[in-house]
Amino acid sequence: MGEDVRTIIERREMTSSRILFAAAALAAGVVAAVAAEETSLEVSIKDHRFTPAELHAPADKPIVIVVKNLDSTPEEFESKALKIEKVVAGSAEITVRVRPLKAGSYKFFGEYHESTAKGVLVVE
Amino acid sequence: MLGALVIVFREVIEAGLVIGIVLAVTQGARGSRTVVFAGVVAGALGAGLVALFADALSQAVAGRGQELFNAGVLAVAVVMLAWHNIWMARHGRELASELAAAGRAAVSGDKSFFGLALVVALAVLREGSEVALFLYGLLVSGESGADVILGGFSGLVLGAGVSALTYFGLVTIPARHLFAVTTAMITLLAAGLAAQCAAFLQQAWIVTALSQTMWDTSGVLPDTSLVGRVLHTLIGYVDQPTALQVVVYVATLAGIFLATRLAAPRPGAANVHAAAE
Repeated sequence: MGEDVRTIIERREMTSSRILFAAAALAAGVVAAVAAEETSLEVSIKDHRFTPAELHAPADKPIVIVVKNLDSTPEEFESKALKIEKVVAGSAEITVRVRPLKAGSYKFFGEYHESTAKGVLVVE
Repeated sequence: MLGALVIVFREVIEAGLVIGIVLAVTQGARGSRTVVFAGVVAGALGAGLVALFADALSQAVAGRGQELFNAGVLAVAVVMLAWHNIWMARHGRELASELAAAGRAAVSGDKSFFGLALVVALAVLREGSEVALFLYGLLVSGESGADVILGGFSGLVLGAGVSALTYFGLVTIPARHLFAVTTAMITLLAAGLAAQCAAFLQQAWIVTALSQTMWDTSGVLPDTSLVGRVLHTLIGYVDQPTALQVVVYVATLAGIFLATRLAAPRPGAANVHAAAE
């Protein structure tokens, strides 16, 4: 009887580990698929200016932009055309997701330093 | 200094117009001033906290914390405004009568005023946290304290002035019509906030449907201009809305309109309402 119980436990462990493995594989697959479709871009803010001030991305694919604020002061990453409005604290970073876009130029700016913090996302 | 003035002015207008409308709506009701003032103070304190934890908020919930927070705050405000209108449709008949002053006194202690105070607090919370972050940034980046204070204060005064004009404009409306006007204004305000809420959910990619831009009037009336900003707060004007924003806007308008119609106690009251319109 003790053996029976052990068998059942072993079988259970096997089943759960198999499910876990399958889930992990699935998750990895999903992440890989998403990562493959997305265009990842990075822009940093230093002295209230964007570097690079011009970003490039292919059309009709989702875009992920990581905004790194190297200044000690907060900034608001904003774009009317991209429909983004997100605060990035001093010496911090944010991730913004942009829907697939048609070819064109999409301006963005830093709301707190609008005169210097200007940039454009060129989709082609 | 000019930077501080412009930003503070912009944010104060957004919160200030909401305060102006709420003050006009609750005008004459006993204790409403205290409740609204408490809302402003609570919102301002909350704004300081939000500004302090801006980074943590941004990183929370897989980098979507800020969007979810904003969307949540807006959703609560929409519900409170809708609730107020429904409550008023049910109980506010006396407000539309000639004996408006007596009517308003009678509704003191109206629970829906607390809902409106919460709306005020949330408006101050959202706009105030941006002001706090911005002014802090200016101070850290070495602009002189006096300049920042002068600019910020001027922005505050100007913004409060525009908001006060709205308030005084509203209270000159004859009491007979005031109910209909404020009901309409609150409905439009709620629809605008709901559309903004939808925009944050889209920004966070919680909702991805209907993301195409419906129109672009940024060349004619940019929503960053003074008029655009005021219209943005009052009726939810956006110069480049997504399809979802338009759908949510219309649905909120229709939803509140129908709910207030259904909540009206009987045809007689509905007629008074219709006549006031």
